[in-house]
Amino acid sequence: MSVKPLVPISLQVNGRPVALAVPPSTLLVDLLREQLALTGTHQGCDTAQCGACTVLVDGAATKSCNVLALQVNGARVLTIEGLENADGSLHPMQQAFGRHHALQCGFCTPGMVMRGVAMAAEGVPAEAQAVSQALCGNLCRCTGYRGIVNAVCEGLQHMRAHAPGGAAR
Amino acid sequence: MDFDYRRPARVAEAVAWLREDPEAKLLAGGQSLLAAMKLRLSEPSMLIDLQDLPELSGMRAQGGGLWIGAMCSHASVAASPLVKQLAPMLAQLAQGIGDQQIRQRGTLGGSIANADPAACWPAGVVALNGTVCTDRRQLPADEFFTGLFSTALEPDEVVLGVQFPCTQQAHYIKFEQPASRFAMTGVAVAQVGSAVRVAVTGLGSGIYRWQAAEQALQRRLSPEALQNCVLDAGIAMGDIHASAAFRAHLVAVLTRRAVQHILKSSKV
Repeated sequence: MSVKPLVPISLQVNGRPVALAVPPSTLLVDLLREQLALTGTHQGCDTAQCGACTVLVDGAATKSCNVLALQVNGARVLTIEGLENADGSLHPMQQAFGRHHALQCGFCTPGMVMRGVAMAAEGVPAEAQAVSQALCGNLCRCTGYRGIVNAVCEGLQHMRAHAPGGAAR
Repeated sequence: MDFDYRRPARVAEAVAWLREDPEAKLLAGGQSLLAAMKLRLSEPSMLIDLQDLPELSGMRAQGGGLWIGAMCSHASVAASPLVKQLAPMLAQLAQGIGDQQIRQRGTLGGSIANADPAACWPAGVVALNGTVCTDRRQLPADEFFTGLFSTALEPDEVVLGVQFPCTQQAHYIKFEQPASRFAMTGVAVAQVGSAVRVAVTGLGSGIYRWQAAEQALQRRLSPEALQNCVLDAGIAMGDIHASAAFRAHLVAVLTRRAVQHILKSSKV
């Protein structure tokens, strides 16, 4: 089997420019975890069902296991590591997950938090039913959805109260 | 997975690369193709990523109807005020596909070119009698879809977008397979001009027009008109999720509900 040459890629990850070369088959999740050591993005099912690998690409929630790194060449990528504020304090969505004990084993949590953050820009109302529906691409196998939904509702309220326009960073 | 990756700047370039390498494949959003590649169901030697082609993007009112570019994502169609105004069924159909993460990347063009037998878009395109526009011709929906994962597209042909007629008298409803959110079966009913069209997805062998129901609804657009319409289970396939008989039964129920929805919303 021939080995394809590496392809240069440059993108912005968590506000920092990144330039490197990858095999064309590299998935975004592998670029993040293996090349950039950003292991907060979790690889769960690897079939685009569980949502644990959710990151934001140009503000839009994306399952990073189902997109090639080269497809997002030039884009802005935000992972769970890029959420905290400059002073080290947690993002309002992360704080809400803490307050509501919205995790059990924690494996799905980075994807849940990123999905919640993306909802701010999508205009998802901070109401249980709307949030549950908007979370349908993220699975929690501990099935602790009640806390997660409550946390996302509160996180959305805080994001909208503190950021003019309520958009995700 | 071992393949070349290229991004053409012009449609002609994509066509040339497809001719150059018969094992090359077009990459739209990749939400079905990448999954198929992981399973080695598809092993293209080259992926031609269409995301930079301006001809394949955008939605606009055009020629008395609605144009949706092949690379428009499901999410962008679902959120479009223009689509909601001119052909609301399509916005509602797009909003029901997969989940938001999938909708952000999956595209109209990718879905119809893939022609998954349980996909939603083919039902919408066929019910509205859309015209699929490619780099070389215009194909009526009924000629575009030719069966299970198959279309009339030539190996080197590129879908640019779909031209839809405007209509408020249309509704799509699906019974979801709860894990994948694909349609166990889905039915789109549309009245375009004086014609009523009923397109069914999820029966197992590609998009199907239920002509008996169309004729009944043509005479009278009401759920009662469907009373004697029974879909032959022989045209459906059964699997672990649903038997053929259950699928055929669902189609009749969903068709009735779609008609009820059209009548209810046209009264408002």
